Amino acid sequence: MSLQAHRPGSSPPISMFWRMLLRAAVRRRGRALSALLAMIVAAAAATAMLNLYVDVQAKLSKEFRNYGANVVLVAKDNQTFSSAALTTINSTLAGRGLAVPFAYVVARAADGQPIVVSGTDFDEVRKLDNWWSVMAWPNASQQALVGKRAAAVVSPQGKPFDLTFRGRSIHLVPAGTVQTGAAEDSRIYLSLADLEAWTGVQPSTVEIAVAGSPDEVNAMMSALARALPMADVHPVRQIVEGQARVLGKMRATLLATVLLIIVTSALCVLSTLMGWVLDRRRDFAIMKALGASARLIYGFFAAEAAALGCAGALIGFGLGAGAAAWIGRANFHAPVVPRFSVLPPIVAGSVAVALLAAIVPMALLRRVEPATILRGE
Amino acid sequence: MFPRLVFESFRRQKRRKLLAGAAITLGVAVATAMIAVATDIGDKMNRELRTIGANILVTPQEDTLDVEIGGVNLKPASDGAYLNEADLPRIRGTFWHHNIVGFSPMLPVNVALNGESVTLLGTYFAKPLSFGKDDFVTGVRITHPFWRVEGDWPADSSQDVLAGSRLAAKLGLKQGSQVELAGAQRRVSGILSTDGAEDDEIVAPLGLAQQILGRPGAVRRIYVSALTKPEDALGRRDPKTMSGPLYDRWYCSPYASSIAFQLQEVIPHSHAEQIRQIAQNEGAVLSKIEGLMLLVTLAALLASALAVSAAMATAIFERRNEVGLMKALGAGNFAVAALFFAEAALLALSGGIVGFAAGALLAQQIGRAIFDSQITIQPVLLPLILVIAVIVTFAGSAAAIRRAVKFDPVYALRGEA
Repeated sequence: MSLQAHRPGSSPPISMFWRMLLRAAVRRRGRALSALLAMIVAAAAATAMLNLYVDVQAKLSKEFRNYGANVVLVAKDNQTFSSAALTTINSTLAGRGLAVPFAYVVARAADGQPIVVSGTDFDEVRKLDNWWSVMAWPNASQQALVGKRAAAVVSPQGKPFDLTFRGRSIHLVPAGTVQTGAAEDSRIYLSLADLEAWTGVQPSTVEIAVAGSPDEVNAMMSALARALPMADVHPVRQIVEGQARVLGKMRATLLATVLLIIVTSALCVLSTLMGWVLDRRRDFAIMKALGASARLIYGFFAAEAAALGCAGALIGFGLGAGAAAWIGRANFHAPVVPRFSVLPPIVAGSVAVALLAAIVPMALLRRVEPATILRGE
Repeated sequence: MFPRLVFESFRRQKRRKLLAGAAITLGVAVATAMIAVATDIGDKMNRELRTIGANILVTPQEDTLDVEIGGVNLKPASDGAYLNEADLPRIRGTFWHHNIVGFSPMLPVNVALNGESVTLLGTYFAKPLSFGKDDFVTGVRITHPFWRVEGDWPADSSQDVLAGSRLAAKLGLKQGSQVELAGAQRRVSGILSTDGAEDDEIVAPLGLAQQILGRPGAVRRIYVSALTKPEDALGRRDPKTMSGPLYDRWYCSPYASSIAFQLQEVIPHSHAEQIRQIAQNEGAVLSKIEGLMLLVTLAALLASALAVSAAMATAIFERRNEVGLMKALGAGNFAVAALFFAEAALLALSGGIVGFAAGALLAQQIGRAIFDSQITIQPVLLPLILVIAVIVTFAGSAAAIRRAVKFDPVYALRGEA
């Protein structure tokens, strides 16, 4: 890759090579730009799709956490979870999940009807079960959140009411009603402290929303089972399986889309670049006529293609990462963080496509005499 | 003269036209496949989400409060009201019956087993029913697809039962064991595992539960699994506050709330409500997935539009000499532009039709590979795609054609292009 043999005594040969590269790009701006543009668009589309593909599992998993708990701990043989056990759960989760304790008793309303009363942590429930349709959350002691159907029994006009449990009674003020369409509608919720002061009953169930993919949830379940031998750990199977199914299908669909888009853009780049190189058969002929070796010409066109591929890939990566971040923000209200692990394959792919686009026409032109091209035939 | 020019251009430049046509075909195929998948993905994912379980619960209107902790029923069996099993097939008569994937009646009964009180849950497994001329099968195998049985599912007409996995482990029951329930020996046809309260229960055909309870035709509650539309502003409103046309629109939209309302209409003395945990979140997940696919489809459309534009621009750029010759022979700007646009339109239409067919095939392949079902392609998509193909091809060619038209014939003829 040297011009030294042909031009002794002139400026350093390597600079001639770069000058040709640079001038070729500057002189024929229009063509070079359109080739670069095609490269950029293809790299951007591929980057955006790969970023989304890598991130969609995390994003959709987060959506599935809105379904509430995916793991339930139930104390074995009528034991309960002490505050020490709850601390163990939280330290095992280490911030990668939300654990909410529930204590249950069956109390009697004033007319003797049995009614399930549950003690829990309202702040945490609010985060865990955000599908609960709640009028007003309790914010003081002796206030209760009353299920919609339970409200019709104990406090039809929203007045304070009494409940009894094993001879001890409690006076409660309904703060609001809760509607879920399921078992919660028939229950009354108190704070854990109120329930414990009244009945002495401690939590027997802990509902946990573990963050992450199905594999991470399984790992967390085994960790919880090891940390708390006194509890049964089981998944909320419909949620875990539903999530795995939907995520699997979504990833497969996106993968198909990624492949389609990458193939389309690669072919588009290939045809544009091939047109560009074919268009420059005159340069090729002149270089050959001036005595440049085949190696030098190949090197020149290959370097040009590689430079184009690199530049296109880098600019396209920036644009594509931006597009993915925007899609994440628009759809999931959280940006898709650019993954730099995507960059090497994008650069490699772009350079490979560019080189292919340079080599195919070169091979075609190789056997042609320069004179034929220069005569315009 | 003009048609001949166009015809000759296609005849003499087969390779170039084929390349441009191939680019258009590829672009249109990708666009068609993406649009077909994106418009159908809501429906497909809705069906996948149905694996999470029923989203509507029907209970008797005058029911007493549930006394249930962790799914274990503590209410005396005789307490409370019942629905009538004979009314169940009418669920297929509602306006949105095509959206109802399945339903399962439930009747919990307390029975003594080895001296302990155990809940026996009566339900349908896969029961054939008919409403009018419509024959269908429904039961927990459809509404609760996450229930797994080791052994065989009992027939709905049999007296066989399933034993919950924890109960079976405690009592040492296996497939084929006999258990004494309500004074008779019943065969355990399989062991049921759900990771829920059913693991501690006996699950039996509905008829057996009714027989033990002594109330033929009684059903405590019905779980309905329905394909619903994500709730929007209209879906969240209280139907009682709606005016006539608005109410009609609400009634004729498959919201969980309007389907629940219609179920309440066909089942006497019932109260139907969406299970908010399932129904609300399903809507949220679906709208995210649909939104994502929409944006991704737009990206794919953009990529294919650019591919088409690039191909067209290259094709026209290569023909500067021809333009110079035409102009030297006295062709006006309009004639040159008309020739290029006519060629572009022909390419777009032929490439569009082939591309549409290829895209439809591609969508079918994606549907079969990923969702095990057909992706429906709306025929209305074809004219739409063709119009888009023509517009994109024109837009892609416009800049190149403008440059070609402005081109000075002298340079072309001197060979300095």
